[in-house]
Amino acid sequence: MTASLTGVDRLGEVFAAAKAEDRAALIGYLPAGYPTVKGSLGLLTQVLDAGADLVEVGLPYSDPVLDGPVVQHAVETALRAGVRVRDTLGVVEQLAARGGRAVVMTYWNPVLRYGSGREGGGGPAAFARDLANAGGLGVITPDLVPDEASGPTGWLAAADREGIAPIFLVAPSSTDERIAATTAATRGFLYAASTMGVTGARDAVSGTASTLVARARAHTDLPIGVGLGVRNGAQAGEVAGFADGVIVGSALVSAAEHGRAAVARLTTELAAGVRGQHTGR
Amino acid sequence: MTSASSGLAGTTHEPDEAGHFGPYGGRYMPEALIAAVDEVAAEYEKARRDPEFLAELDRLQRDYAGRPSPVTDARRLSEHAGGARILLKREDLNHTGSHKINNVLGQALLTRRMGKTRVIAETGAGQHGVATATAAALMGLECVVYMGEVDTERQALNVARMRLLGAEVVPVTTGSRTLKDALNEAYRDWVASVEHTHYILGTAAGPHPFPRMVRDFHRVIGLEAREQVLAAYGRLPDAVAACVGGGSNAIGIFHPFLDDEGVRLVGFEAAGDGVETGRHAASITGGSPGALHGAMSYLLQDEDGQTLETHSISAGLDYPGVGPEHAFLADSGRATYEPVTDAEAMEAFRLLCRTEGIIPAIESAHAIAGALRLGPQLVAELGPDATILVNLSGRGDKDVDTAARWFGVVDPESLPTEPPPGPVDADGAVASGEREL
Repeated sequence: MTASLTGVDRLGEVFAAAKAEDRAALIGYLPAGYPTVKGSLGLLTQVLDAGADLVEVGLPYSDPVLDGPVVQHAVETALRAGVRVRDTLGVVEQLAARGGRAVVMTYWNPVLRYGSGREGGGGPAAFARDLANAGGLGVITPDLVPDEASGPTGWLAAADREGIAPIFLVAPSSTDERIAATTAATRGFLYAASTMGVTGARDAVSGTASTLVARARAHTDLPIGVGLGVRNGAQAGEVAGFADGVIVGSALVSAAEHGRAAVARLTTELAAGVRGQHTGR
Repeated sequence: MTSASSGLAGTTHEPDEAGHFGPYGGRYMPEALIAAVDEVAAEYEKARRDPEFLAELDRLQRDYAGRPSPVTDARRLSEHAGGARILLKREDLNHTGSHKINNVLGQALLTRRMGKTRVIAETGAGQHGVATATAAALMGLECVVYMGEVDTERQALNVARMRLLGAEVVPVTTGSRTLKDALNEAYRDWVASVEHTHYILGTAAGPHPFPRMVRDFHRVIGLEAREQVLAAYGRLPDAVAACVGGGSNAIGIFHPFLDDEGVRLVGFEAAGDGVETGRHAASITGGSPGALHGAMSYLLQDEDGQTLETHSISAGLDYPGVGPEHAFLADSGRATYEPVTDAEAMEAFRLLCRTEGIIPAIESAHAIAGALRLGPQLVAELGPDATILVNLSGRGDKDVDTAARWFGVVDPESLPTEPPPGPVDADGAVASGEREL
C-alpha cells in the first residue's frame, strides 16, 4: 500500500494512467471464494496479470437480487463451500500486497452486519477501516443508493474517513436529478449500468449505455465505468469508445468455470479491446 | 360500515417522506428500480385522493371480494381459551380465501392507472399469487407469479388455481427454493421489465412506498373489525391477535387500534420446531436488524449478514424478514411478538376445525394458537369479560394435504409424494400419521 495516497487517489491514478494511453480502463469482476478462496485469488491475479487495470472482488451474498444466473451460481457455490466475509478482505489484501488494485462489490447487508460478533463494534465504519487496511480502494454497492448512505448508516462518512471510494450506480431509468445526487456522493468512478436488467453476458451492448454516459457527464467529471453485458473484445472496444472504464463480470465468471487459462485468454482479448486493437471475431 | 377506501385516508402513524419508520424501512434496492418505486409512490398519492379511484376500490371490495367480512363469536373455541371471549375477523371468507385480495385489488387498479399491462408477484403459500392472478384476470393484465419450488410442491392446489386463472407460475429453484427466493426472482424480473410491468408486492414490506401502501389497503380489516366489535359488544377488545410472516394481515388489523391504548396488539411468529432449535421463521423474536428485499427491518441472519434458511409448516410464514412497521412497533413496545411452533399451530388448527367448523389456513392457525395462550393470561388479569379479536386471515383448503399428513387422516399412499411435514424426533425419524384429530 502506498502510504500517503488514499484509495480514492489510487483509483484516480488507474483512470488517469489509462487516459494517458488514450484508452479506457479494463475492470474485471470475480467473486471471492469461487471455486475456492485460494482459487479465486489465483483467478483474480490472472485477470490483473493479463491486462486488467482494476479488479472488483465480489463478496458472496445469499440474496444477490441484481445478479443473473452465472454470478448467482458462482456465489452460491462459494457460500456452500463456507466462504466468509473476512475471506473477501483476505483476497483483497493478498492482491494489494502484490501491487494489484482492487475494489469490493457487495450487497449492503454484509457491510451493515460486518463484525457483529466482535467486541468493540462493527458495521460500515469497521468494514471501511478493515478494507482500507487491506489495501482495497473502494466499495461498489448495487443495492445501496446514496439516499440511505448519508443517514444513520453513515457509510459516506465512514468511507471518507478511511479514504476509500463509495461507488454508486446509475441506470438508464435514473432521472437527471438522481444522476446529479448519485454522482455527488460517488468517489473514484461512477458505475453506469448499461441496460435495465441483471448481470449477465449479452450479445449486443445496449444502445442506452452511451446515452446514459452522456447524461452522466453533464453532472460529473468522475471517470465513468460501464458494466452489465460486455462479454468479448469487440464489445469492450465499442464501450471503450464512449466510457472511461469497461467492466466485465459474468463473462469472466463463465470463463472461470473452464480454469485460469480461459480467464487469461478472455482478459487478454478484452484488454486488446479497450486498446482499440481488437481484430474482431 | 366503514369502506375499504377509508384505509387510505391517512393516519397519525406515518413513515417519514423516504418511508422510514424510525430506523426501519427506507429503500435498500438497486438504483435501476428507484424510478419505478417513485412512480408507484406518486401514483398512490394521487389515487388515494381521487374520488373515482376510491369509489372503484370500494365497489370491487364490496361487489367482488365480498367486504365487509363478518366477525364471528367463536363460543366453543372460547371454552379452550381460559374463558376469554374469542372473536374471529373472517378474512377467510373473502373472495380467493384470504386477506390478500384487499391489497391486490388496490394495486391492480393502480397498475391500470399507471398504464402498465403486466403484473408480477411473489408468493409463498400461494394465497397472494392466487389473489394476484384473480385480479389480473379481472382487469385483463398479463400475470407471472414466482413461487419457490418447495412451495409449489406443498401448495400444489394453489399452483393449479393460478394456472386456471391464466397466470404463468414460475417455480424458483435458487437458494432455499422458498418465499425469499421467489422475491429475489420477482425483483430480477422487475428490473428488466419495469417499463410495462408493476410488481404487486404481497406483504407490507419491501421498499417505500410498499410497507405503507400495502398496509393502507389492509387497514380496512381493522377499521371494520373495530366498528363491528364496538357495535356488537359496546366495547373494544382487550387484545388483537394476528399471525406475522411479512406481516400484512397483522398490520392491517393492528393499525386502526394503535391509538386505543388499552388494546394490546400481539403478533404471532412462526417458531417452526422451536426458536431454540434454529429451525424457525420468527424474525422479531429470533432475529436482528438488517437490510433485505428493499427495507431495513428485523431479519434472520448469521454474523456475516447472510440470510438464514427458515422453517415453518406454514409456507406463508416461511420468510426470514418482516415488514418494517412491525419492527418499529416491536421496538416501541406498542405491539409485542411471540413465537408459535408448528405443533402449537396444528393443535389450534384441529381445535378450530372441531369447535367452530372452520378450517383455517395454517398461517392463521398460528394466531388462533396465540389467542388460546393469551386467553388465560387476560382472564387472570382482567376477569371473565376479557375479549380477544383474532384475525382469521385465510381459509385452509390449500392446506388440506399438509394437515391430512400431519394428522394422518388419509392413507399416505393416496397423497402426492412429499416428505411428511411432521416434526423430526431425536432419532431423525419423522413422526406422522399417529396424531389424534
